[in-house]
Amino acid sequence: MTAEPFVRIQGVVKRYGGVVALDGVDVAIRPGEAVCLAGENGSGKSTLIKILAGVEQPSEGSIHIDGTLRRRLDPGTSAAAGVMVIYQDFSLFPNLTVAENIAFASELGAGHRFVDTKRMKARARAALERIDVDIPIDVRVESLPVAHKQLVAICRALAADARLIIMDEPTTALTEREVGHLLGIIRRLKEDGVAVLFVSHKLAEVLEVCETVFVLRNGSLVAEGPASGFDAASLTRHMTGRDVPQTPPSAVDATAGTLLEVRDLHKRGAFENIDFTLAAGEVLGISGLLGSGRTSLAKALFGLVRPDGGSVELAGESLPPGDPLAATRAGIGYVPEDRLTEGLFLTQSIVRNVAVGRLDAHARRGGFLDLMGLGAEAADWLTRLKVKAPDIQAPVSSLSGGNQQRVALARWLSRAPRVLILNGPSVGVDVGSKADIHAIVRDLAREGIGVIVISDDLPELLAVCHRILVMRNGRLVDDIASGQVDERELGHRLASSA
Amino acid sequence: MTTLFGPGFWTRNETLVAIVIIAFCALATFSDPLFLSATTLTDLLRASIVLGILAIGAMLVLISGGIDVSFTAIAVFAMYATTVLTLGTVPGLPWPLIFLASIAIGAALGALNGLFIAGFGLPTLIVTLGTLSVFRGFLLTFVGSERISKLPPEMRGFSRTMLARGTTEGGSFYALPLAFAALVLVVVLTWFILHRTVLGRSIFAIGGSVESARRIGIDVRGTQFFVYVYVGALAGLAGIIHGSLGRMADPFSLVGLELSVIAAVVLGGARLTGGYGTITGTLLGVALIVLVENSLIVIGVPSTWQSVVIGLLILLGTGLPAWQAKRTAERAA
Repeated sequence: MTAEPFVRIQGVVKRYGGVVALDGVDVAIRPGEAVCLAGENGSGKSTLIKILAGVEQPSEGSIHIDGTLRRRLDPGTSAAAGVMVIYQDFSLFPNLTVAENIAFASELGAGHRFVDTKRMKARARAALERIDVDIPIDVRVESLPVAHKQLVAICRALAADARLIIMDEPTTALTEREVGHLLGIIRRLKEDGVAVLFVSHKLAEVLEVCETVFVLRNGSLVAEGPASGFDAASLTRHMTGRDVPQTPPSAVDATAGTLLEVRDLHKRGAFENIDFTLAAGEVLGISGLLGSGRTSLAKALFGLVRPDGGSVELAGESLPPGDPLAATRAGIGYVPEDRLTEGLFLTQSIVRNVAVGRLDAHARRGGFLDLMGLGAEAADWLTRLKVKAPDIQAPVSSLSGGNQQRVALARWLSRAPRVLILNGPSVGVDVGSKADIHAIVRDLAREGIGVIVISDDLPELLAVCHRILVMRNGRLVDDIASGQVDERELGHRLASSA
Repeated sequence: MTTLFGPGFWTRNETLVAIVIIAFCALATFSDPLFLSATTLTDLLRASIVLGILAIGAMLVLISGGIDVSFTAIAVFAMYATTVLTLGTVPGLPWPLIFLASIAIGAALGALNGLFIAGFGLPTLIVTLGTLSVFRGFLLTFVGSERISKLPPEMRGFSRTMLARGTTEGGSFYALPLAFAALVLVVVLTWFILHRTVLGRSIFAIGGSVESARRIGIDVRGTQFFVYVYVGALAGLAGIIHGSLGRMADPFSLVGLELSVIAAVVLGGARLTGGYGTITGTLLGVALIVLVENSLIVIGVPSTWQSVVIGLLILLGTGLPAWQAKRTAERAA
């Protein structure tokens, strides 16, 4: 492709006070090109997106869109020029219909005062047709599954004549099959002349669909070039500046003994006939497509969801069902899928989020807390898990995804659990933190702790788990030893029918 | 755009409220066969006018994601101030102009709310709780605190103008005041704004996700300002009608009605979290509240039980959809 670039940024520098977020970055995106922006949290990629979207102004440097120099972009002029961002939350209106969500921005842009339902529906249908997708346009967006919501967000950008669609972490909430579908749609967009800027941590997908890769680290462009010139390992090395080992887990000590025994666990509408064992020091993966019941199962093991019947035994002792407090006291820990709404207390400080797990251990007579001891232990755990935080009294919402996940882990690890259940441990987490979390899991296993990892991130499952159980429609349909399959084979077995 | 008679018809708030209304009327007619008559109907319709206009305004605020509790204070302020002004300056002013003056005063007070909420970005409940007290206090201190029973002649004349009147076969007299047309006008105008204008859809959008609204370029502040001015104007209209029909300008009236109004709106399906609300639902909610407040005695329930019944209805009306939403969310997990 030798066409003129649609977007060209040159020498862009962005300073926030004394901090340099971007240090002289040059990026060019040609029409219909799929470009990947790779980088850890704090690398500057969010800042770059904001500058392209007109939300922030560069301190230095120039931006050319469609050959014209843009002196001062704002979200309105950026969108009018054809640059649209699809954020991770999709920015949709759950209470409005698909057609309205798709057509609203364009109605506004065209300056219409009155609503013409026919015109909006026609616009919506046209956008859906462009990516060959069939979604009912008269339903409210809130009733759609996540993957469809994303398609609506893409259609909205198309209806507004987007020439460059920036997708911020588009595959985080999607299952393997949905990701494949999305990548297919991106290919259609490219054919239609729409460029795509893909920001993602999931390197394998990125390499599959993008022609060019730009890697940011600490605000500088450290690598760029055709995707064919990179592989997951080299990308990771550029992004983190260090080598991240991809060693498969060592074999489980067969004499370790059974830690957790689950027998005939069932819950109507969620899962049934669940039988499995977890040995001490074993890392067991549970995977499956969305709706397979894996999250309900994980919650049931911890007592957040009450099963209809069956038993869960920890080291021979039966756990009372539906009682998370009993589970916690017995030594089970659960790090939930959505750390923002289920795991952390966002407005509380970082140290408090860790300390809350050890309140009973530092309680003195009369119900008073030994605050010094509590704080010191929490701070110690933060250091052990390498949580990067300039001020641990700051609210935990100020941390990046990867660091937030470490805080959630620290809270549970400080309780010295015997079994740790991790639901989606590296969702929304940068590559470096992900590798660290995997290393932590391996260390836990070596200490004899049993770990259950719920995930559909194939490389992650293969990197940390000894065994992988596959769930489908609430039943366990496969039991795979991770050493015996590769990523392709695993993906195939996950997706194929029982 | 979502169809009324689509899937989920039997679980929607509007349907449930309609069923309760029908059941209530059936019970009442069973206790007193004379209940189902033109007299009862016109009485109930008359009682719905002020509540209905206020509820439509409150619904708009809820849809936008906010909550306004000051509209009763605005209504009584506008009504009383207009009455005093008219009596003091132009006693013979024709009633359309009197009404316009009240609407204008209401809009101005609403604009004050809009200034704090849209202009300074302060939380809606806190602001309107504050203005509720300020407006009322200001009224009683600086405008007057006397109950005026000698209204301007034009207002009296308006209250006597009937849309329909007559005598039923049973010999009882019925009459529907012209003021009911005001409610109809308000309903039509609000429906048009909400469903046929970009401004109206923006109100829904802001209620659905204010951050997404900002991102696609909706003028969030302007739209919010409009909402509070509109509610104020409606309150001014409701207030002057209340004064006319009640044949008295009582500065101590109306305030305290907020909860019934919001109850009606919430029963009708509007959510406190914003983004949802229908005119049909609001009107049904108003009808139910009016029925309960005026006809419990017919069934044989002492009127002192009014608040209990309304309270139970609110608990059911908000609890049911919330419980359903929880079940759908659990199933999806």
